[in-house]
Amino acid sequence: MRGLETFLETPMPRTYLNFVGRLLLTLLETVQGLGAFALITLGVVFTHSQVAPRLMRPIIRAQIFRAGVRLLPVVGFMGVALGLVIIGQTVSLLTSVGAQNYTGMVMVTVVVRELGPIAAALLVLTRVGAAIVIELGTARAQGEVEALEALGIDPIHYLVVPRVFGLAVASFALTMYLIIVAILSGYVFAFVQDVPLKPGDYFSQLAQALRWQDFALLAVKTVSFGSIIAVVCCYQGLAQRLRIEDVAAATIRAVMHSLVVCVLLDAVFIVIYIVM
Amino acid sequence: METNSPTPPNTPLLELIDAAAFGVDAPQVVTVEGINWRVMAGDFWVVAGLPGSGKSDLLATAAGLQRPERGQHRMFGAETAELDEVELLRRRLKVGMVFEHGGRLFSHLTLAQNIALPLCYHQNRTEEGAGELVATMLGLIGLAAAADTLPGRLNRNARQRAALARALVLRPEILLLDNPLRGLDPRECRWWLDMLDRLAAGHPQLGGPPVTLVVATDNLRPWLDHGRQFGFLNQRGWTPLGDRAQVIGCEDPLVRDLLPG
Repeated sequence: MRGLETFLETPMPRTYLNFVGRLLLTLLETVQGLGAFALITLGVVFTHSQVAPRLMRPIIRAQIFRAGVRLLPVVGFMGVALGLVIIGQTVSLLTSVGAQNYTGMVMVTVVVRELGPIAAALLVLTRVGAAIVIELGTARAQGEVEALEALGIDPIHYLVVPRVFGLAVASFALTMYLIIVAILSGYVFAFVQDVPLKPGDYFSQLAQALRWQDFALLAVKTVSFGSIIAVVCCYQGLAQRLRIEDVAAATIRAVMHSLVVCVLLDAVFIVIYIVM
Repeated sequence: METNSPTPPNTPLLELIDAAAFGVDAPQVVTVEGINWRVMAGDFWVVAGLPGSGKSDLLATAAGLQRPERGQHRMFGAETAELDEVELLRRRLKVGMVFEHGGRLFSHLTLAQNIALPLCYHQNRTEEGAGELVATMLGLIGLAAAADTLPGRLNRNARQRAALARALVLRPEILLLDNPLRGLDPRECRWWLDMLDRLAAGHPQLGGPPVTLVVATDNLRPWLDHGRQFGFLNQRGWTPLGDRAQVIGCEDPLVRDLLPG
């Protein structure tokens, strides 16, 4: 690892090829660091599962509350907006060409599989992920992480694991709420527009379009989004030696990296859905 | 976790043999070399050096927070490089550490929670379960009234005292203090010197055995009547000086500078 760092810091002529090469190496370094950090976190989840449960359980609960429950109002708002804008429009469009029978299918594809999870993940990232980088980065810059180590407390266990659990659970739960609110508000919008679609038809179409795989993949996808955001944000806040003035840059990196990794993972899920 | 298994007599609590220490802030740079240092039970070491001479790096290496770049490091008689994680942790918990600049308290926890955290983590207690011990510690440092205050709202005197309580709550055998008097007023300095003397003799309120002390400082003067062993850091090297008389008699210009007035 030190070899790569030394190489990246060595001054060299600034050619385009050189620039691209450095970019690729930096990317490689980030991927390597993130991967290692994720594996260490996973290891700590198992090895430290019995350590101080009376201290850790309330902390995990607090993280779930912070990422999940406190985001409910904004998720509700986002759900209504999604429902009105996308579903309302789609339903009325499909009805105008006489294709009401496909409403449920479109709904499931657009909201349940794609928009719901990614919209909830974005909300979690902006509202909680960014805050995680700032609080952990500040703690790191002020030497609190070394103080934890001096007290024999594993910073990954005490700081990272609760946040990963919190964001994974919250991301799953918020996506569910978002989908439900979007589907309901979408129907309300269609109803207001006098679309000839009975509630019974609408929901039976939804039920027919949904398969058990949708529920399973939705759970896997949302939990992965939450965990990825937590791991990337904790990595940027904790893994490097930060000074207080580096925290802003680390926050930007964390948000961008989380976004990129989530979208890449989303692409993998699109392939899975197509194969299914 | 059992943290109080006794160390056999005449075993150095901490020992560095021909070791070199990395910089705490610059992990690729060696700041102190050729360290041969033994801390025995009952010692009161005063490590002097100018700012930037590597005092914090020496303390962090001795406490087992970072590995020496080369050489050997022993804690309570065992080579740390050969210890597994559990054994190393067990030994590290017998070493308390008080950082400088207000002690690096956890800013999101109240004073009481800061002091309770090591107890809750290592002894699986709830905050209420740790309450009695935490109250004792807060009484010891005279800050019982500030139990539910966040560290950011307290002055440096109070934060530094709370850092001492947090380091003492697991009853360490040896306590390392990084420049504890820095930036404190004379009255507060006297409190610290009294408190450390009492700890070194076995504090009656804690009811424990004497605590071995290691203090890093950039001013030897206040410690002359308290420390029992002295040493200093100069040009990346560690030089033991001996006792008080040898410090006063030392002709080294740096030691004269570290002993103002």
